[in-house]
Amino acid sequence: MSEIAIQTKALGKRYGSFWALENCSIDVPVGSVSALVGPNGAGKSTLLKLLVGLSSPSAGESDVLGKVPAQREEFLSDIGYLAQEIPLYGNLDARDHIAMGQHLNKRWDEKFIIDRLQELGIPLDRVVGKLSGGQRAQVALALALAKKPKLLLLDEPVAALDPLARHDFLSSLAQAVADGGLTVVMSSHLLADLERVSDHVIVLAAGQTQLCDDIETVLKEHKLLVGPKEHAQNLGDGVDVIHETHTPKQSTLLVRLGKGTKLPAHWQQHEPNIEEIILAYMGQAKEMNIGGTR
Amino acid sequence: MITFRLNTHSGVPPYLQIVQQVKQALQVGILRPGDQLPTVKEVVAHVAINPNTVAKAYRELESLGITEGRTGSGTFVLERPSGPSPEVQEALSKDLEIWVAKARKAGLDEESIEALVRVSLQKNPKGGQS
Repeated sequence: MSEIAIQTKALGKRYGSFWALENCSIDVPVGSVSALVGPNGAGKSTLLKLLVGLSSPSAGESDVLGKVPAQREEFLSDIGYLAQEIPLYGNLDARDHIAMGQHLNKRWDEKFIIDRLQELGIPLDRVVGKLSGGQRAQVALALALAKKPKLLLLDEPVAALDPLARHDFLSSLAQAVADGGLTVVMSSHLLADLERVSDHVIVLAAGQTQLCDDIETVLKEHKLLVGPKEHAQNLGDGVDVIHETHTPKQSTLLVRLGKGTKLPAHWQQHEPNIEEIILAYMGQAKEMNIGGTR
Repeated sequence: MITFRLNTHSGVPPYLQIVQQVKQALQVGILRPGDQLPTVKEVVAHVAINPNTVAKAYRELESLGITEGRTGSGTFVLERPSGPSPEVQEALSKDLEIWVAKARKAGLDEESIEALVRVSLQKNPKGGQS
């Protein structure tokens, strides 16, 4: 995975005097499924809107599939975007939406979407307002995929779904990725889900990028260390403490190790899961804010 | 046909979990040489995991000589993974059962037993002298 689908450099968006997103630099490899995570207000939706050209940056630049994002057809024809509030017309049925997609898109795979919805047992002639939340999400996803995008941006697509509908939605998404040629960036709060379907993670917190890397590397480079508190200060070079908690005698540190770094003795070493690592980065950002060092 | 499970709290990379599950399935006879593994798309439709993860696991299995990808027809099991024979494994497993029984008798709960196993694994790292 060397080709890059999305690259941003010091990207920022300001509303009045408030920076919704600041100094955001990410690289998203072609064919990856990136989890975009961060606390509420971290700038996730802002970033997705900038990437799809729905808003323009106040600072920095972005390159999406080799182009500068803009609401122009030659850019948008390769991009699928699903906003948080699943944008469907409640009083139209799936067939109407498919017809609309056919008119609005140059590239349109009608057979794919009809087959897919039938496979899922979703009636094509029932107004979508009367479908379940999970079915509506599936219709919206199938519509976004029917234009055969090279990049799919999803803003909290599974937030409102029950666990089964969530599983089915992510399964549809994974199958689309398995067909090849698709890069996905998906924001969500459900870290466990993201670890399953993603192979790349972007952590935004305090309006900045805290982490952007492939999940395997992230898992490999982070360790959870438990040991005596008096050794917590001299860990040596190449050990980057992301998050620490202390009791009077014991310290628990989540650290990132540089390549080839040997850990000092005295420490019991554990493998943190991706959820623990992400939480550590979010916690670090929060403390920076409270400390006023930003 | 083998189905995969993913433990997202283990800290073990997902692709390695799949590799391990195929190896285990071979060791206990759920999979046999000549069997076909599910396609990447079948796996992700069932488990909702990243297809790149499955593809990577399959590549790893192939490079270990356990499976073979045949263009256009899928991934097939070639042989049992190298390692101790079923007899040796069974003997080791019996030894462990005796030890576990001892540990229980001494009053250790399951968590403490697991912790002891982990500690002894750490004391005897792979490739190190014990």
